[in-house]
Amino acid sequence: MRNGLRPWALGWSLFGCAGFALLPWYAIADGVVGWGWIGRVLSDPDLAPGAVQTALFGRLWLLGPAVILLAAVVGSLAGGDRAAFGRRLALLGGAGFLYIVVHGFAIRGQPGMGAGAALVAASFLVLFSLGLAALGFFKGDPFTAGAIVLVAVLVGLFTFFPLARILLSAVQGSDGGLSGRAFAARLFAAKIWRLDCLAGGRSCGVGWNTLLLALLTATTTTGLGLAFALVVTRTGFRAKRLLRVLTVLPIITPPFVIGLGLILIFGRSGLINQLLEWAFVVTPSRWIYGLQGVWLAQTLAFTPVAFLVLIGVVEGVSPSLEEASQTLRADRWQTFSRISLPLMRPGLANAFLVGFVESIADFGNPIVLGGNFGVLSTEVFFSIVGAQLDQGRAAALGVLLLALALGAFLVQRRIVGRAVYTSISGKGDGGLPAPLPPRVRRLAFGVALPWALLTLLIYAMALAGGFVETWGRDYTPTLRHYVKAFSVEWSAGGIIWSGAAWRSFWTTLELASIAAPLTAALGLLTAYLLVRQRFAGRTAFEFATMLSFAIPGTVIGVSYILAFNVPPLELTGTGLILIVCFVFRNMPVGVRAGVAAMSQIDGSLDEASRTLGGGSFVTLRRVILPLLRPAVVAALVYSFVRAMTTVSAVIFLVSADYDMATTFIIHRVLNGDYGVAIAYSSVLIVLMLVAVGLIQWLVGERRLRRRAMPALAPLPTGRAG
Amino acid sequence: MSDRRAARIELQHVTKLYGEVAAVRDVSFTVPAGSLVTLLGPSGCGKTTTLRLIAGLETPTSGRIVIGDDDVTGLGATDRSVSMVFQSYALFPHMSVVENVAYGPRVAGRPRREAWAAAREALAGVGLGELGERLPSELSGGQQQRVAIARALVLEPRVLLFDEPLSNLDARLRRQMREEIRALQQRLGITVVYVTHDQEEALGVSDRIIVMNHAVVAQEGRPRELYEAPDDVFVAGFMGEANRVKGVLRRLDDRMGRVSIGGLTCTLPHRGLAEGAVDVAIRPEAILIAAGAAANGALRGTVSQAAYLGSRMEYSIDSEIGRLFVTSPAVDAPLAPGATVALTLAGHGITLIRP
Repeated sequence: MRNGLRPWALGWSLFGCAGFALLPWYAIADGVVGWGWIGRVLSDPDLAPGAVQTALFGRLWLLGPAVILLAAVVGSLAGGDRAAFGRRLALLGGAGFLYIVVHGFAIRGQPGMGAGAALVAASFLVLFSLGLAALGFFKGDPFTAGAIVLVAVLVGLFTFFPLARILLSAVQGSDGGLSGRAFAARLFAAKIWRLDCLAGGRSCGVGWNTLLLALLTATTTTGLGLAFALVVTRTGFRAKRLLRVLTVLPIITPPFVIGLGLILIFGRSGLINQLLEWAFVVTPSRWIYGLQGVWLAQTLAFTPVAFLVLIGVVEGVSPSLEEASQTLRADRWQTFSRISLPLMRPGLANAFLVGFVESIADFGNPIVLGGNFGVLSTEVFFSIVGAQLDQGRAAALGVLLLALALGAFLVQRRIVGRAVYTSISGKGDGGLPAPLPPRVRRLAFGVALPWALLTLLIYAMALAGGFVETWGRDYTPTLRHYVKAFSVEWSAGGIIWSGAAWRSFWTTLELASIAAPLTAALGLLTAYLLVRQRFAGRTAFEFATMLSFAIPGTVIGVSYILAFNVPPLELTGTGLILIVCFVFRNMPVGVRAGVAAMSQIDGSLDEASRTLGGGSFVTLRRVILPLLRPAVVAALVYSFVRAMTTVSAVIFLVSADYDMATTFIIHRVLNGDYGVAIAYSSVLIVLMLVAVGLIQWLVGERRLRRRAMPALAPLPTGRAG
Repeated sequence: MSDRRAARIELQHVTKLYGEVAAVRDVSFTVPAGSLVTLLGPSGCGKTTTLRLIAGLETPTSGRIVIGDDDVTGLGATDRSVSMVFQSYALFPHMSVVENVAYGPRVAGRPRREAWAAAREALAGVGLGELGERLPSELSGGQQQRVAIARALVLEPRVLLFDEPLSNLDARLRRQMREEIRALQQRLGITVVYVTHDQEEALGVSDRIIVMNHAVVAQEGRPRELYEAPDDVFVAGFMGEANRVKGVLRRLDDRMGRVSIGGLTCTLPHRGLAEGAVDVAIRPEAILIAAGAAANGALRGTVSQAAYLGSRMEYSIDSEIGRLFVTSPAVDAPLAPGATVALTLAGHGITLIRP
C-alpha cells in the first residue's frame, strides 16, 4: 500500500539536518535575522551551527541529534510496512526531542538554545507526529497528530515548565537544595498570616488581606452585576444598549485607570476632599488609600464582568417555568423568590467565583491605591523588584496565590460543568419572562443606575485629568501632558517621535500585533482539536490549555523570570518573552470563543468534507474557518486589546529595550507624575474603543453582505442507530 | 478512484466499542455490487455506526472492512472511494450550490473550470441545473436533498451511502424522493447502503434489508422474506405490526407442520422447531373478520375498540387467545365496539417465530 507520509518524513529529516548544519545552534543576542553571525561561524563557538560545534569546538554531545537525524533520513527511506515505518519515526523523533531537552538541562555552561536547536527540535516533533499517525493514532491523520503534539509541547513549555520552576524555587533553600523548612517558613511567614489588626495593631498579613478583599469584591460585584442584569433583561429600561457598553469597558481599560480616576475624585487632592476643605475646613484625608479604596476600585472594575456572566444566567431562566409558576397562582414575588432566584443560584456562584479570582489576580488597583494595605500580588512584585530581591519568597507567595486561584477555578469548573439548572433547552421555548416584582425592580434600578453614573464619572475624570495643569492645585487647561508624551517633530531627516511615550507605544503596538494572530491561531487550533477530535487524554488536554487562564498574572510573571532567565531557554530581556506571555495568557479566550462557535457548526459538515476527499487541513481551511469568521475576529481583537492593556505579568518581563505602555504608565504613577499617566491612559482607551468599534463594524458589514448567515441549524447529531 | 465500477462491500466480524459499550458487535454481511441494501432498526441499534464504519468516519475496534478488492479497514474517509448523503444534508452554508457540488473535485486538485462543469452536470442530473448560484439556505428541503445527492455523485464513487436521507422531509415528498433515489441507483448501477428506521421506506426501496438490533444483525434477507417470515419477535414486530400468540405445533413432514391456535388451525413451514408449544406471529391483515357468531372452525371474538383510518379499519378484538390487533379493508361496514365477530385466518402473513 502507498505511504503518503514517506515524503513528509524525508523532507523534515533533511530540514532538521539543514538546521543542524547551517543555523547557529545557540541563541544570539542580536537575533538570528541580524545575519551578523554569518561571517564568524567558524571562529566563535557561540555562533556556530551544531555541525561546526561538534567538529571544531569539541561540543561532542551535539553529535546525538546529528546521529538521530541521519537515522531518521535512513528510516524514512527504508522499506517495511506502515506500522514498522511509524514505529521507527515515532521512536527516533521522540528520542531526538528528549535528547535535546535533557542535554539542555544536564550540561551546564552552554548558552541558551537558538535557532538551530529550535529547528532541529521542531523536526523531531514533526517526525514523532508522523510516526504516531502512521501507527494509526488520531485516525491516522498526520495534521491532527502534529497539531496535538505541537499544542501539547507548547503548553508544556510555556505553562507547565514555568509553574514547575516556581514550585521548585519556593521549596529551594538559600543554598539551592530542597528545603521543606525554608518553604514552610516562607509560606507561614508572619507577614502573610499575622492578625495584628484584630488586636488593634498596624495591619494584618497580606494573605488575610487578599482573602478579605476578594470576598468583599466578589460579594459586591455579584450583587451589582445581578442588579444590572435584571435591569437589562427584565425591565423595559430604555438605555439598555448604554448599559451593555459597560461590559466592554473592563476589556479595553488598563487595570489601573479606575484607580487613577478614584484618586482624582477621592484622593488627598481630589474633588471631594477639596470641596470639604473649602466648605467645612476639613483636613484632606487619605482614606481612599487602603482596603476601602482598593475594594471600591475593584468593584468598579469587575462589576461589568459579573454583569456579563449574569446576563446569560438571567436569560437562561426559562420563561415557561415562570409561566407555570404563575398559572399555579403564585404572585410575582413568589415566582421570583421561589423559582427564578433559585434557578440562578449556580450562575450567581459562578459570578462570585469569577469576582473572587479577578480580585486576587488584580495587580493594577492594589498597587495604585493600596498604600500600606498589601495583597499577595503586590507583595510578589515587591519581593522581586524591591530592595528585598528574594526570589524564593516571591515564588512562595506566588505558589500561595496560585493555590487560591486554582482552588476557585476548580470549584467554578465543577459548578459550571454540572450546569444543573440551565433550563432553556434550545427548542422553541415560548413564553414571556415574568416581570420583576415591584420591590426587586426598585432595588435593581436604585442600585444599578447610580453605580453606572459613578462609573461614567470616573471615566470622565480620568479623561479630563489629562487636560489640566496639576489636579487639585491648578486647574488651568493645558495640553502639556499630551505634548510631553506624544510630541512629534519634523526635521530634515523626517519625523522625530520626541514624546516620552512613543517608544513604549510603538513597542506595545508591535508586540501586540505579532501576538494577536498567534494567539488566535493557537486558540482556534486548540478549539478545533477539542471539539472535533476524539483522542485519549482529551480532558487533560482541555484542562491544561485552560489552566493558564486561572493563573494570576503576577504568578506568570515571576514564573517566567525564574524559568527563562537562564539557559537552556534564555528569553528574558527579549521581545519574544513578552509575545510568548501574551499568547499563552490569552489563548484560553481564543479556545473558548472557538469552542463556542465550533459547537454551533454541525459535525456532519466536516464529515461531508472528509467523505468528499478533503483531509483535516483542507476541511479546517475551506469549511470550518470560513464559518468561524466571527470567532476569529473576536479572538484577534481580544488578544490584541489584552496585550495592549495588561500589566500584572508584563511588569516583570519588560526590559530597557522592550518597555510596554502599561508599565510605562504604572511607573509614572508610582513616581507621582499623574498628568502624563492619565494622558497616556486616555489615548490607550480611545485607541482601543476605536479599534473594537471599527472591527465590530467591519464584521457586522460583512455579515450583512453575506445575506444573513444561514442558520447553522443545531440538528440532532446523536449517533442514531 | 482506482475503479469506477460499482464495488462489493464486505464486513467481516466488525466490532466498534465506545469505551465499554459496543455500538456494533461482531457484524458480518456482504453488499453485492450494484445493489441497494438497507440497514434497518430502531434508534441506537448500531445502524448509523455501521454506515459510518463503511464511510471511514469511524475506525472499527476489530474486524475487517473490504470494498471491492481492497481492505480499507485502516483508511480514513478521505482515502476511500465512498460518498455519503447525510441526514442533515451537511451542505456547506457559506458556499453556493455549485460550489458545494464542486467541492469534491476541487479538493481533489481538479481545475476550477473542470470542477464547475462537472458540478453543473451533476446538478442537471438531479434536476437542479438552474439553481447553482443560490445558497443552500435559499432552497427547500427537497432541493437541498438533491444538492446533497449531486455532491455525493459528482465524484463517481464506487459506493454511495445514505444516512436517513428522508427523515427531514414531509410525508408526500418522502415517497417521491424514495422513488427518485431508487431510480437513480438503478440507472447508475452503483452500490448503495441506506440507513433508515422506517420499515415501509426500507421495504419500498431495497434489494435486501439488514435488520439490526442491540448492535448485532437480527435478520437479513429480501424485503418479502423479512415481512412474511421474520425470525424472531423483534423482527416480526419491527417489520410492521404483528400479533404474537401461543400455538401447538405438530410436524407433517420435513418442511411443513400443522399449528393449532385456540380453535384455529393452519399449515405452516415448521422452520425446524420442535413439536409442542410454539410462538406464532400473525399480521393484523391476516386475521379475517366476519360479523356474527362463530361458525365451525372460526374463533369467537368481541370488538373492544374500533378506529376508522380512511383506507382501512383498525380493531382491537378480545378473544380466547388474547387481545388481537386486526385491520380490515371493509370500511363500508364498520363494526361497533361490543359487537360479536367470527375470526378466521388468511393464507399468508402467519409464521412461526423462534423464541
